[in-house]
Amino acid sequence: MARINGIEEATDGMTLSELLEKKGYSKRFIAVECNGQIVPKTLYDSYEIQREDQIEIVQFVGGG
Amino acid sequence: MSEDKLIIGGHEFHSRFIVGSGKFSMDFTSAVIENGGAEIVTLALRRANMAGTENILNYIPENVTLLPNTSGARNAQEALRIARLAREIGCGDFVKVEVIRDTKYLLPDNYETIKATELLANDGFIVMPYMYPDLNVARDLVHAGAAAVMPLAAPIGTNKGLCTKEFIQILVDEIDLPIIVDAGIGKPSQACEAMEMGVDAVMANTAIATSGNVAQMAKAFKLGIEAGRAAYLAGLGRVLSKQAEASSPLTGFLQD
Repeated sequence: MARINGIEEATDGMTLSELLEKKGYSKRFIAVECNGQIVPKTLYDSYEIQREDQIEIVQFVGGG
Repeated sequence: MSEDKLIIGGHEFHSRFIVGSGKFSMDFTSAVIENGGAEIVTLALRRANMAGTENILNYIPENVTLLPNTSGARNAQEALRIARLAREIGCGDFVKVEVIRDTKYLLPDNYETIKATELLANDGFIVMPYMYPDLNVARDLVHAGAAAVMPLAAPIGTNKGLCTKEFIQILVDEIDLPIIVDAGIGKPSQACEAMEMGVDAVMANTAIATSGNVAQMAKAFKLGIEAGRAAYLAGLGRVLSKQAEASSPLTGFLQD
């Protein structure tokens, strides 16, 4: 089980691209951090999610 | 007269109104930007949890400069982490540093803000730190590599106006970077007054978001800021401390 935005999820053998697609996120609008390191967008296709990975997916929202 | 431009980190702007995009519906974002004539808009970064729904970037015209803030950061390292993630989304190098430990008054932590500014400037960001107006801190921010200094007028979201006026004036007089009043400005007359003092730009969010008509209030702020800037450039008339001075000639009266 990897932890995605604080919630444990089954990600068996998925790449980051597959996870983002499953969740319905557009690559254009998000950034991803894995275990405290930013994953460049160019690596989403090749990055295979590991069991203990802590993944943060972030986006812009309104703010002052 | 040469064109009046605001220059931040080598980028030129004609508008002196920075709009915050929080606390109102995304649908109003483009109307607020257009009515306000804004060229810079602030955003926050948060965990994505709205897959399939509209993204705020869809509502911001392409020529507008995005200014992500580091809200949520409690220290310099957290600010660096948030800023790097924001940059990774791919919307430029501007960042508004916001480091806040105090949850009641939401006052910025000036000391961590200096540290964050140095870390971010060294990492290639155009850094615009939000700060409590203190001349020594502002000087440290200049040395740390800030591109502008953003003193608060009053606590965030209060609409109380220019509570720190005297101290902002000191920054205007002593600091060579753009001074942008951020937080607490509640109405266009206060934005106008700040501009008359010689600040370089004003940022507002809550004053618009909590108004009766956000698009119309954005327009009102634009006009107030333009009026204040024009007055500053013209040079304000003097104030007499005693008596009065007639505006009409004191000769040629009919009874003479």
